[in-house]
Amino acid sequence: MAAVETCGTGAGGTGFMAAATSKNNVTGFQRKGPRAGGTDSSGSRLVSIAGTRPSVRNGQLLVSTGLPALDQLLGGGLAVGTVLLIEEDKYNIYSPLLFKYFLAEGIISRHTLLVASAKEDPADILQELPAPFLDDNCKKEFDEDTCNHKTPEPNIEMKIAWRYQLLPKMEAGPVSSSRFGHYYDVSKRIPQELLEASKWHGFFLPEKLSLSLKVEHCSLTHGYLKLLNFIQSIIYEEGFDGSNPQKKQKNILRIGIQNLGSPLWGDDICCTENCNNSHSLTKFLYVLRGLLRTSLSACVITVPSHLIQNKAVIARVTNLSDTVVGLESFIGSEKETNPLYKDYHGLIHIRQIPRLNNLTCDVSDVKDLGFKLKRKQFTIEH
Amino acid sequence: MFPELNNLLNTTPDRAEQGKLTLLCDAKTDGSFLVHHFLSFYLRANCKVCFVALIQSFSHYNIVGQKLGVSLTTARERGQLVLLEGLKSSVDVFFRAQEEPHPLQFLREANAETLQPLYEFVQEALKPVDSEEAVWRYPVLLVDDLSVLLSLGVGAVAVLDFVHYCRATVCWKLKGSMVALVHDTGDAEDEENDILLNGLSHQSHLILRAEGLVTGFCRDVHGQLTILWRRPLQPTAQREQSLTYQYKIQDKNVSFFARGMSPAVL
Repeated sequence: MAAVETCGTGAGGTGFMAAATSKNNVTGFQRKGPRAGGTDSSGSRLVSIAGTRPSVRNGQLLVSTGLPALDQLLGGGLAVGTVLLIEEDKYNIYSPLLFKYFLAEGIISRHTLLVASAKEDPADILQELPAPFLDDNCKKEFDEDTCNHKTPEPNIEMKIAWRYQLLPKMEAGPVSSSRFGHYYDVSKRIPQELLEASKWHGFFLPEKLSLSLKVEHCSLTHGYLKLLNFIQSIIYEEGFDGSNPQKKQKNILRIGIQNLGSPLWGDDICCTENCNNSHSLTKFLYVLRGLLRTSLSACVITVPSHLIQNKAVIARVTNLSDTVVGLESFIGSEKETNPLYKDYHGLIHIRQIPRLNNLTCDVSDVKDLGFKLKRKQFTIEH
Repeated sequence: MFPELNNLLNTTPDRAEQGKLTLLCDAKTDGSFLVHHFLSFYLRANCKVCFVALIQSFSHYNIVGQKLGVSLTTARERGQLVLLEGLKSSVDVFFRAQEEPHPLQFLREANAETLQPLYEFVQEALKPVDSEEAVWRYPVLLVDDLSVLLSLGVGAVAVLDFVHYCRATVCWKLKGSMVALVHDTGDAEDEENDILLNGLSHQSHLILRAEGLVTGFCRDVHGQLTILWRRPLQPTAQREQSLTYQYKIQDKNVSFFARGMSPAVL
C-alpha cells in the first residue's frame, strides 16, 4: 500500500517531522532499510552525518556520549532527539566529567554545541575539555582513511571486565569525524585549534538575565524560559529542524545543560519540599523534549537530584526524560572503606533506558557498575 | 494487539465491549506496551480512535504499530485515527501565540484550571459526522498518559474532571470506550498522582496493572500484569475478578504465562 511505502523510505523514526510543513523528510532517524548504513551510502536520502551511526536494534540515529563504555551500556549511544539526564553525585566531582566528555565528543565530531550553565561561563567550560588520544604518527594527517591505521594505542587500559571483552582496540587514528566514540585524556586540555575550529553557542544565565526583566506568561522560571527561547532560536536559525532547506550539510546540535534545577537557575525545588514553582522544571523538560524530537539534536542535562527534597518531583523528572543515569560517589560515605569497593570511586546506576520505536529496550544484563577516575581516564567497570 | 492478552481478557476485536473505561497502570516499569496493544486492538476492531499521545511522537507509535500489524498513517488518512501529538504541539503552543484555544493551551498558563480545550478537541474528533456513512463501529478515546498532565501544571481535580467529561461524552453518549494510562509512583509520595489514580480506579471497569518484579530485574520475566474486572455490566456476573500473570516483552509480541511458569524456569 502506498502509505506503508512512504513509511518505509526514510520517514520512520521517533517523530522527526519539522514543525513547519516541509516537503522533504528531514528525518533524524532512519529505518534500517537495505540501503541505510553507518557509512556514507549514496542510495539513502539522508546523507549520513559525521559522528553518528544507526542503532543495530531499531535504526535510530545515535551519537556517542564521549565515553564508549557508557555508549555500550546505553545500547550503542545516545539517540538523537532524546535527553540524557545525569543525576549528579553528591559533591559534583564526576558528573562534570561526563558532561565534558559529551561536549568534547561533539567538538571532535564537528557537531555544533550549545552549552548552558548558570554557574560557569561556557567559554571556560570549553577550555577545560579533555584532549582526545591521538596516535603520534598520525597527528599531522587529517585524511579520512582510518581503516588502514590499526596500531592500537598502547597506554589505553580500557578495562571492561564483563564478557564483552572483545571490545576492539579502537585505532587512535587522526582526528577524523568518521569514527564513533573516541577516548580522551583527562589530564590534558583540548588543543586550542580544535576549539577555534568548532562552532558553539553559549548560554550563561547571569549575562542573559540582565538584558531584560519582562515577566513572561506561564509558570516557568525566568531562567528556564530564556533558555528554552535560546535553544529554540538556535534550532530554528541554524536549521536543525529542517526549516532552512538550503543548508547543504546536516549536522547535529549537542546541547549540554549543567546543574539544571539548582537554585542558581532561580528554581526553588532544591530548597524546600513544598515549592511554589514545582512545575517549572517538569514543564521545561517537556517542552525541551518536544524541541528535541523535532530536530536533529541530543541533549545531556545534569541535575543535582540529591538536593531535590520532594521525591515526587524526582519521579516526575525521571519519567519526563528518556535516559537517566545516576552517579553515586563514595566520598564521604560509608562505602569508601568497604573493601568491596576499594578500587572504585563510585557507582553508576542506569536508571532508565527509553523504548524508542520498539516494544523492548536494550537493558544491559549487568547491573552493578562502578566507575573510577584514573589519572587519564574515566572507566566504568562491572 | 497481542493475541495472548486478548485471550486473557476474553475479547476479540469483533466482540469488544462498548461503554467501558479501561485503566492502565504501571508501577516501577514501563506499561506502554499496553497502550500499543489497545491502540492496535481498536484500530483492528474498526473503531474510530482519538489518540491523545502526550509522551512519545507519532513515528514511535507508528513503527511499533507496524510491528503489530496496523498502520497508523493509513488509519489517519482514512479518518479512522485522530491523533494529538503532545510533544510536537507543545512546541507550537509554547513558542507561537495561538489565535484560537489550542488543546494544550494550559502550557501557557501559570495555573491551569481546566482542560476544557482538550476536552473540546476530543469531542470534535469523535463526534459522528453526518456526511459519511456509519463506517466505524464506535468511538474510542485513548490517552497516553494522564500523569504527565500533572507534571505540566494541571491539578489532579482538573484531570479527573476532564476524564469525567470525556466519559460522559464518549462512553455514555456515543456508546464508545475509553482507555487511559496513569503511572503509579508508589512510594514517591506524589499526592496528586495518588488522587488521580484512586479516583480513576473507582470509575473504571477494567484495570490492567503492570508491575516490575518484586525481586528486581530479570531477563526472562519482565514484569507482572494484574487484571481486575470491576463493575461487570451484567448484574448476574461475579462482583470482581482478579487474575495475575507474568509477561515477557519480545520484539513483536508479549507472551504471558502464569506466575512461576516462565519458559526460562521450567
